[in-house]
Amino acid sequence: MSVRLRVNPIACEAHGMCAELLPEWIELDDWGYPIVAGEPVPPELVEHARRAADACPTLALLLERSPAERDAAA
Amino acid sequence: MPEVTTTAEETTAGKLPRLLAGLRRGRPTTLDEHHEQLGSMPSTGSTGERSELLTEIERSGLRGRGGAGFPTAVKLRAVASGPRPRILVGNGSEGEPASRKDTLLMARAPHLVLDGATFAAELIGADEATVCVKESSKEAAASLLTAVQERADAGIEEVAVAVRVVSSDYVAGEESALVHQLNGGSAKPTFIPPRPFEAGVGQRPTLLQNVETLAHLALISRFGAAWFREVGTPDDPGSVLITVSGGVTRSGVYEIAAGTRLGDLIKAAGGPTDPLQALLIGGYAGTWFDVEAALDVSLDHQTMRALGGTLGPGVVIALPQGACGVAETAAVAEYMAQASSGQCGPCVHGLAAIADALHDIASGRAAPGTHEWLARWSDDVVGRGACHHPDGAARLVSSCLDVFGAEIDRHERRRPCVPPAGMRGLLPTPGAREPAAVS
Repeated sequence: MSVRLRVNPIACEAHGMCAELLPEWIELDDWGYPIVAGEPVPPELVEHARRAADACPTLALLLERSPAERDAAA
Repeated sequence: MPEVTTTAEETTAGKLPRLLAGLRRGRPTTLDEHHEQLGSMPSTGSTGERSELLTEIERSGLRGRGGAGFPTAVKLRAVASGPRPRILVGNGSEGEPASRKDTLLMARAPHLVLDGATFAAELIGADEATVCVKESSKEAAASLLTAVQERADAGIEEVAVAVRVVSSDYVAGEESALVHQLNGGSAKPTFIPPRPFEAGVGQRPTLLQNVETLAHLALISRFGAAWFREVGTPDDPGSVLITVSGGVTRSGVYEIAAGTRLGDLIKAAGGPTDPLQALLIGGYAGTWFDVEAALDVSLDHQTMRALGGTLGPGVVIALPQGACGVAETAAVAEYMAQASSGQCGPCVHGLAAIADALHDIASGRAAPGTHEWLARWSDDVVGRGACHHPDGAARLVSSCLDVFGAEIDRHERRRPCVPPAGMRGLLPTPGAREPAAVS
């Protein structure tokens, strides 16, 4: 199962925790908001991605199953 | 109200206008006139009839006319397969400042829109339909309300249509924003999923269709897919309404075959008032094209996508040589920044920074290298809002950097531009503050 990270941009308040916990996958723009790679998170980073999502103070970082798999499951 | 005209292309001679036929009366078409012209709608009473009509719409290849160009049949089927009760929403909120076609259709051909709304509602098994009109289109709302009453008086049995006045704001017509507003919230986009077809108005499966799309459905239901495909391209069949403005002799709404050469449309609009330098295709989420490239562009979704642009809601603005594309785009960038619903950081901060930088360039005050910041920000904001508002604004600005590169160079060498009177503010920015004075 592949997973991806997605930001809820309405909820995000640019705390920046995610980029600190997962710099391999998340960088911040000029205003401190995360730019998240859209590709599936590589297996070795999934645990770190989960930790980053859990650490977000506004719960704006979402770890989701890939859209294709989600649709297949629906 | 813009004047109503159509192209007189040889390939479409006698086949167009369709939607705009009978609009020369200068007032709303009455129910009697409408039925005399087109006859009544086919029956959608039985499951078999509905399934056949859905297949016919699929064969027609109709794409949505609100901007995204998504296949209408796919949307219809998605909602039709959801749980009941379902609802249809006709989107006539037309937030695009230079677009007039939806308002024109609703104001002058209200029964065509209502035919389409009730037909689509019946096809998807909806027991309710709402047509949304922006606050500033009072004539359209009045015309629709009169038409709804006419139909009730005539005893037509169909799904009841409510007419709702909604916000005129640019972003208010975005699908999730419209649903949010109809649910009693503000006219702001929401984070998806759920998409409207899953859980929209009142959490019901909701079909949102642009009102021009509904009008096409009203005609396809009567005349069929083969007739619809007599004009247009295989990928983007049928006719399409385009609002043409800027440096052309006759601004207005034109009904063209999808795939018509832009040069032919400009000719139909009486040709340019002055020599042109560029054209904006697709509205404020669209792209600039240099005039040489633009006139040969084929106006259909497939071509526009391949060129990195969009047909959007069918907006074309012609920019004369005397005008400044950078200053015009700066004003629009500021309008788009102010139009942000203010919910997503990258949109709020990114569009404001982009607008400021472009203003600095246009007024000859920019620090060296400003256009490089602009290019980076325009890449950075794409895909980072809950809706596509930042993507659209960024696309316009990126195309401005490409098409007006020489102009930007000149401005960055601290040369402000002073276009002559009549060559400023060609791109309407309602409610925005006046562009900063150029010293």
